Amino acid sequence: MAQVIVVTSGKGGVGKTTTSAAIATGLAQRGKKTVVIDFDVGLRNLDLIMGVERRVVFDIVNVIQGEARLNQALIRDKRTENLSILPASQTRDKDALTKEGVAEIIEELGKDFDYILCDSPAGIEKGALLALYFADEAIIVTNPEVSSVRDSDRILGVLQSKSRRAEEKRDKVKEHLLVTRYDANRVERGEMLKLEDVREILAIPLLGVVPESESVLKASNTGTPVIMDAESVAGQAYKDAVGRFLGEELPHRFLEPEKKPGIFKRLFGGRAA
Amino acid sequence: MSWLDFFRSTRKPEPASASAAKERLQIVLAHERIGRTREDFLPRLQQELVAVVARYVAIDPGKVAINLDRGGDMSTLAIEIELPGPKGAPAPQQAAAAGR
Repeated sequence: MAQVIVVTSGKGGVGKTTTSAAIATGLAQRGKKTVVIDFDVGLRNLDLIMGVERRVVFDIVNVIQGEARLNQALIRDKRTENLSILPASQTRDKDALTKEGVAEIIEELGKDFDYILCDSPAGIEKGALLALYFADEAIIVTNPEVSSVRDSDRILGVLQSKSRRAEEKRDKVKEHLLVTRYDANRVERGEMLKLEDVREILAIPLLGVVPESESVLKASNTGTPVIMDAESVAGQAYKDAVGRFLGEELPHRFLEPEKKPGIFKRLFGGRAA
Repeated sequence: MSWLDFFRSTRKPEPASASAAKERLQIVLAHERIGRTREDFLPRLQQELVAVVARYVAIDPGKVAINLDRGGDMSTLAIEIELPGPKGAPAPQQAAAAGR
């Protein structure tokens, strides 16, 4: 039986889609059959971040409405084996998603895949509620910033009351905290919430910390999940997070400011990845 | 001013804001987590209190001030209702409307 993982945050712009693309690619690289579903109907972007935007023919709404079979809508990633993408619709409105329709899709995908990742839209409206409803595990993407932490707390409450596991009174959804856009230099200057502060406030197990990195924008520019950039600190942090998700014990990295480079490095060295 | 001052920062360091962020979050979340289990009762409490007062005294619904201050240890809800003077009291029906 496949594990259903929702990537959610409440707040927009914190890195849900970047994270979904990276974690899905990472799981597939580790040999897990993985599918990642975009739940942001009307504002789809996972296809762009994954670099498959020109291969979208059918989408999740076509499948729910019986206009296409699931296999026709799934896009197999050409760079990464074991990885498929189910895009959201760009033209329909979000009411086209139904609980029954999504349930059928998840059940069918569960036969073929090990992991089903649900990339949630921002907010706590229908799309976000459906993305988290079927989840067994949740990755809460949080920036070290007040509005993001508050919205993460809110979405944790929603997971505990509105998910299928909550409704059926089964074991609760397993929660993972992923702190993104972490800037150790600003934390050191007291300008940004410390990792320990965010952990203390949200009080859920930490999956990883992704440092602020220029490579994330570069990755989205080119439609390459950032985890494929082995040079970049963000890519390495996502790789670690995938390892931890699969049960490995890895130390958290990139929590301290980089040592100031020496004068020669500053004069002749390039920029940090 | 010595020429060395050119290299020194002349700006005063600002107080670190991260600790303010943590403190504010802890307070707002403590309240929001309580509210998660039941619906927000404040608007109704306010309406009902005003309605009770309106039953006994003719009040102007525009002259009701409600202040809520959510603190870490203690929260206060202050409802200030201005009672009309002898002249210009609004009709009772009008006051009752505030309770709806």
